[in-house]
Amino acid sequence: MKEVKISVNNFDLYYGEKQALKNISIEIPAKKVTAFIGPSGCGKSTFLRVLNRMNDLIDHVKIQGEVLIEGVNIYDKQIDVVNLRKRIGMVFQKSNLFPKTIYENLIYGLKINGIRDKKVLDETAEKTLKQAALWNEVYDRLHEPALSLSGGQQQRLCIARALAVEPEIVLMDEPASALDPLSTAKIEELIHELKTKYTIVIVTHNMQQAARVSDQTAFFYLGELIEYDKTSKIFTNPTKKQTEDYVTGRFG
Amino acid sequence: MIAEQSHITDIKTPDRSQESSFGKKIKKSIRIKERIIKYFFAVNGAMALVFIILIFVFLFKEGFKALEHIGFLDFIYLDQVQADGSVKRVYEWYPTSAEARYSLVPLILGTLLTAIPGTIISTIFGVAAGIYLSEVANPKLKEFLKPMIELFAGIPTVVLGFIMLAVGASFFNDLLNPVNRLNAFIASLGLSFVIIPIIASLTEDALHSIPNDLRMASYGLGATKWQTIRHVILPAAFSGVSASIILGFGRAIGETMIVLMASGNAANITANIFESVRTMTATIAAEMGEVSQGSDHYYALFFIGIVLFTITFFLNLIAEIVISKMRKKNTF
Repeated sequence: MKEVKISVNNFDLYYGEKQALKNISIEIPAKKVTAFIGPSGCGKSTFLRVLNRMNDLIDHVKIQGEVLIEGVNIYDKQIDVVNLRKRIGMVFQKSNLFPKTIYENLIYGLKINGIRDKKVLDETAEKTLKQAALWNEVYDRLHEPALSLSGGQQQRLCIARALAVEPEIVLMDEPASALDPLSTAKIEELIHELKTKYTIVIVTHNMQQAARVSDQTAFFYLGELIEYDKTSKIFTNPTKKQTEDYVTGRFG
Repeated sequence: MIAEQSHITDIKTPDRSQESSFGKKIKKSIRIKERIIKYFFAVNGAMALVFIILIFVFLFKEGFKALEHIGFLDFIYLDQVQADGSVKRVYEWYPTSAEARYSLVPLILGTLLTAIPGTIISTIFGVAAGIYLSEVANPKLKEFLKPMIELFAGIPTVVLGFIMLAVGASFFNDLLNPVNRLNAFIASLGLSFVIIPIIASLTEDALHSIPNDLRMASYGLGATKWQTIRHVILPAAFSGVSASIILGFGRAIGETMIVLMASGNAANITANIFESVRTMTATIAAEMGEVSQGSDHYYALFFIGIVLFTITFFLNLIAEIVISKMRKKNTF
């Protein structure tokens, strides 16, 4: 395996008394797409949010273990969560654009970083929209409400918004689960292009999607990481029985 | 075809003259109790509406008589003939003097001079409290604090008026040395006690109704809590927060006891917040008990009632429209 971006060692997470993640250890490669698959409630989304400390926002969460990004433990006391999240973009299941214009959504991340230079903002807006393959569809209505876009466009705008702050890692939590097949295809195509620049971790319910977009696949079940390997291996020749049952559709 | 027909004749047609036991069981029953309950609530509901309409009709009927007795312009000014024969235009409320003066200008100014500063003070503290409750306080503390704040709005206003009259006025008299001991400033502070809880509670509701997804989006982009509140939550809840302020202002205009006790009740025309003023509500409350029914003064008080009613009605209407607009906007 090539350069490791994120490396997690013996990570446990509890919601109150309930253990949601059990002794997870995984190494996520840089500039590849890593997919987390598994049935509902298996902990894959929880684990995704571990990677940018989004779980900090939930009460009664206890954690144990370490998450190293480029060798630095992000759960170290000296780490500033706000700065951390600027380096790690996140795209959610449901598009969560702000009720502002398309342009204001795009530059939000820059604005909160204190960037006021109109030229920089305009350039970033254009650049990220092009990256998200949305420029041709919206260039003439940047100052219209973002919520007037279609569902697929909204989700791509969410991706663009996350890219505007130039993160190194992009986390995607079932980014296409609420979209029609055409929009899904566009998002998948986009993920393909983005991996040349970013390390991408994607949680998906859709196994075909994982097979299509990812290089590595991790199968989670009941809070445990059952199997983690090259995507082709997971889908054609899994080692564990549970993995095989899941990817062949016997349960889940 | 023939076979089918013979098949049909095989089925016994039910004897309709004699009811089957199933038919009896599912027959319509009268359920008198249900009906009585239904009409009881219907009548009660209608009564509330009827009373409101009656009050409305009575107020306007009596109030508009004032226009016959006094005349519309007299509610604004009176051209008073001086001893030397010159005419002086006065804006005064002296309904009981020999030459009665019914100008509402000092009363409207008095109302505004207490309600506007009161609303400004309450907006600052109320919105801050609402933000704290919705975004900062942990759930347990919020569960305790929100009912406490709402309870505050339930303190009898006469008690608040009394506190401002007895304690607040003396304190600020020493501190700020105002023109009059009881003044618009004291009254507006007293009003804030009532309006802060209203604004705080409604602001909390408005902020709380913003979907959590938006907070997550903002935090996910590396925003701090304050940046999220300032740039995402408050703008998204803008209409709800505005509505809470409008409702608070409406309450400030309609509030009677506090201003009656703490404002000094002198119908001055002034923009100085440290002078005594007299509000529309306090005028009605203070004078209605002593006025002879059917006199010009009596009708003039009703006319003040109409003015008050109209102002608060429209403020509430605007707030209602703004709130329903907010609800529609947030269902995405």
